[in-house]
Amino acid sequence: MHELSIVTSIIKTAEKEVETIGGGQIAEIYLEIGKLSGVEIQSLNFIWDLCAKDTVLQDSKVTIMEPEGSAKCAECDTEFKLEKIYDSCPKCHSPFKNIISGKELKIKKLIIN
Amino acid sequence: MCVTCGCSSDDNDVRITKVDGKTVQHSHVHSHGHEHHEHTHSHDHGHEHHDHDDDHAHSHHQFKEIDLEREILHKNDLLAERNKGYFEAKNIFAINLVSSPGSGKTSLLERTIADLKNEISFNVIEGDQQTTNDADRIAALHVPVIQINTGKGCHLDSEMIAKAVKELSPKDGSLMMIENVGNLVCPSMFDLGENSRVVIISITEGEDKPIKYPDMFYGSQVCIINKIDLLPYLKFDIEKLKDYARKVNPNLEFFEVSAYTGQGMEAWYNFLKKSLKS
Repeated sequence: MHELSIVTSIIKTAEKEVETIGGGQIAEIYLEIGKLSGVEIQSLNFIWDLCAKDTVLQDSKVTIMEPEGSAKCAECDTEFKLEKIYDSCPKCHSPFKNIISGKELKIKKLIIN
Repeated sequence: MCVTCGCSSDDNDVRITKVDGKTVQHSHVHSHGHEHHEHTHSHDHGHEHHDHDDDHAHSHHQFKEIDLEREILHKNDLLAERNKGYFEAKNIFAINLVSSPGSGKTSLLERTIADLKNEISFNVIEGDQQTTNDADRIAALHVPVIQINTGKGCHLDSEMIAKAVKELSPKDGSLMMIENVGNLVCPSMFDLGENSRVVIISITEGEDKPIKYPDMFYGSQVCIINKIDLLPYLKFDIEKLKDYARKVNPNLEFFEVSAYTGQGMEAWYNFLKKSLKS
């Protein structure tokens, strides 16, 4: 259940940002959590309210973008969709690749009032 | 809910204990206060924005938009970098040992330390949810060891390592062995600042574990296959396991060992010695 650490880390960052601008409450938060990031969105949603209670994120609207996994083959340069982190190149079947997207784990934006 | 270590109550705070033989020399609960709960924000606006999410034109409200673009594990990554810098400055080689519970991490450590402690200076950090059992086993070999009990936490993080390292004050040129919490999922996301991540799998587990838990194998540099003395008694195909592991991470370096009989340990020892020198 590392989603707990993820959520608590988000809350800490958010609290700090709010403190920096002299207080307030977060109306909206935009997260980017890639499909290959290793975070289960369902688990994250499950614990979100519990963790956010009595923090600047209580009752905030949460928007999560989930970029699909994609990679570029290190052998033949083919770009392909990565459903699983161990998918091989569909053209030359090489397992060597560079992941282009899907590993994102970011707080994109906060809207504070 | 404690929002620092993710524990569910105050009773489950992370505990860092220096273990020396059977004597607990030093024990403290890392205090991370709950002062952040004391923010006095007014709730009298009643969050009416929830009723009309598309319309934020509250004339009496000043909305401030912050384009943060911040990594969620930013703080962990920063502290991991600091740990890395510390290890580099002191010529320490740090290894993060990860595996599912029961694959033989502690036994491998015990054997390694017993065989090499006259040649290499060891420091050990043990991570478990509860007990100092593992640290007690290592302390019996007379090497400096710290036990981190994560309470309800399922992995070590860079902050715990920073604190444990401070307590250990390791010698220059030593080997830092960090035994993570037995868990093949959560520790994969948390950089501790290690030089090498070593995933251990024993042949009493399934050959397809690398594709069942790919993140851990993807993020490791070395894969130790343990308990090979049991091969004659099991239906286990080591080549099949390696194929699965290479599918996830074609750069993995393998060692086939038995921490119990000592079979294959020499190659692993050479890897450690070579890593310390470079």
